Amino acid sequence: MLLSPALAISAVLFTLGVAGVLLRRNAIVIFMCVELMLNAVNLTFVALAQSLGLGGQVFVFFVMAVAAAEAAVGLAIILAVYRHKQSVSLQNMNLLKDG
Amino acid sequence: MTLTFFWIFGVIAMGSALLCITRKNPIGSALWLVVTLFALAALFVLLDAQFIAVLQVLVYAGAIMVLFLFVIMLLNLGRPGPTDIKGPVGVLVATVLAGALLLQLRVLSQATLPPGIQLPAGTISALQQQQGMVGSVANPLFAAYLVPFEIASVLLLAAIVGAVVLAKRKL
Repeated sequence: MLLSPALAISAVLFTLGVAGVLLRRNAIVIFMCVELMLNAVNLTFVALAQSLGLGGQVFVFFVMAVAAAEAAVGLAIILAVYRHKQSVSLQNMNLLKDG
Repeated sequence: MTLTFFWIFGVIAMGSALLCITRKNPIGSALWLVVTLFALAALFVLLDAQFIAVLQVLVYAGAIMVLFLFVIMLLNLGRPGPTDIKGPVGVLVATVLAGALLLQLRVLSQATLPPGIQLPAGTISALQQQQGMVGSVANPLFAAYLVPFEIASVLLLAAIVGAVVLAKRKL
């Protein structure tokens, strides 16, 4: 019933998240695209939970907890980098690059 | 009827996700992402996951996106400036790679579940009728998934400490 459209929408959302990560240079926007990918996976979990049992919905709970932790730590890292470089563009984060 | 609404909210989610990754202004991106998250909450309701839909609005659209907008405004990134979207070569590479990924995922989404692993039709709705929308998620969470639940609390504690250590100038 709703499984096939849900998986299709989830596939498109995940692809848009990947495209955003490849397309942008702003670290915060890339972070938002990662959240988009996590949400696409959540949609898959909920859609499959309808026919495979409620463990899927429990797992969405854990994905949300990890996403919240990731957002807090990641944004703190971006804040710390901004203090050093005055920029959040990934082009300026090249300390490990040779030359 | 349900299918029609499902596709309406699905198209809203996909369209606003596309706008999110193409807006030049990070604040515009964040607000379009909020629209995507609300549309996803509506999809969760249509998929009989009301509790998850409420959590989606409270945790994602509420807490996490407020954190993103707070950091964008704290760093004053909303002012007009040069775009951060990559040039034509970057757009081409992103489109080709994303298209390849979409083809692979599309094949996966057409797969059907083997009947042996599926629950009989109506099992989930009967469980939700019997235990309630919250109870049907809470019962496995606090029984079968108790150890992961505790580990998640430790993870959140580590994230709180880590965020304070990283963001503070001097401890």
